[in-house]
Amino acid sequence: MKRLNLFFVLSILFLSGILFMSADHIDAPAVTNGSSDIADFYAFESSENSNNMVFAITLQGLLSPNNTAAANFDENVLVEINIDNNSDNVEDLVIQLIPRDGKMYAFGPYAPGTTGLNSSIDELATRMEVDITDYGNNAVIGTSGNSKLFAGPRDDPFFFDLGAYTDVLAGNATGFSDPGTDTFAGTNVLAIVVEVPKSTLGNDTSVNTWVETKVKN
Amino acid sequence: MFSINKFFTLILLLSVSLFLTSCDKDEDDMPTVDFSGTFSQADQMGRPAVNTVFVPSDRKDDFNTTTPAEMGGAFSSIFETTLTTLNPGYTTNALGLDAPTFSSVLATDILTVSTSGVTTFFDGTNVLTGRTLTDDVIDVELLLIFGGPDGSANAGLTSDNVSSNDKAFESGFPYLATPW
Repeated sequence: MKRLNLFFVLSILFLSGILFMSADHIDAPAVTNGSSDIADFYAFESSENSNNMVFAITLQGLLSPNNTAAANFDENVLVEINIDNNSDNVEDLVIQLIPRDGKMYAFGPYAPGTTGLNSSIDELATRMEVDITDYGNNAVIGTSGNSKLFAGPRDDPFFFDLGAYTDVLAGNATGFSDPGTDTFAGTNVLAIVVEVPKSTLGNDTSVNTWVETKVKN
Repeated sequence: MFSINKFFTLILLLSVSLFLTSCDKDEDDMPTVDFSGTFSQADQMGRPAVNTVFVPSDRKDDFNTTTPAEMGGAFSSIFETTLTTLNPGYTTNALGLDAPTFSSVLATDILTVSTSGVTTFFDGTNVLTGRTLTDDVIDVELLLIFGGPDGSANAGLTSDNVSSNDKAFESGFPYLATPW
């Protein structure tokens, strides 16, 4: 009974804010459902080459299969992977990803001229490019040395029983269902996957990383 | 004298024409792509679900435009309020972190990634050394929020019972599964 009361309080506090919660999908009013809305961010060692690190960013979550072919990366949105290699939570290196005329371009990793909320692209930085893969086509993979780049629609890799979580917060359930239901099953995202040699990320044994979307002024 | 002048003139003309030719050639090979301008922050993310779960609705946009270096100072107390509202019985979690410490860790929304070992959100041994596609990050976070010091508290709230993706990931680049 106490838990039920707790969840009623919770529902008032949080329900509106988290109704469509996922890892970062649709997390805030200014970006929700827009082309700059980050869905998820992954960083892991390449299973193909242990000297490489993979970064995967998903955008524009909850695309139905019928809507996927029409979804496009926005040329005004810069996706920036930030890498801090001295633990001050300020980026020392960036990988910048931006689409132009059917291609995705990747700049870096390189040390940006400025850090923080505003960015520009140093066109002299290390560059890689790939044709954006169309819905229904085989993945087009860009390569440069040991680095790789992909951009295009993919299955949303995120899995979560959002419905049950919402029910819990709303006080309609005291716990999750078993088995649960993956709310993101059968939905797509726009994905960018970039793989780079770990040696390009600095010399430390670990890095701090986060991803940003930045919109052209 | 005349022939020397003529020679120099010829060289000059030749240089100019070569220069122009090479310029034209560059334009043919590499059409100009415009990457100019300043780009200003809209969204950001380190660990999964942090902004979504812990930041109140009216501060979510603020959180997205606060640099990680400033997040801890600006948001730790808000995170602690959320944490103790979600789980009023919170003491410590499986990482041994009390509410202020856990809130402070979460508020700086960065993902630490090992460049020298296993990369995983949590694999039973390694904690927060990356995030792979198969990591059940929601269960890890539910366990740390609701599970108490040994993970046994609030049993119905520590797993959503969805432990894997709906489509198998690919073994090679780009790793994510083909779209539906």
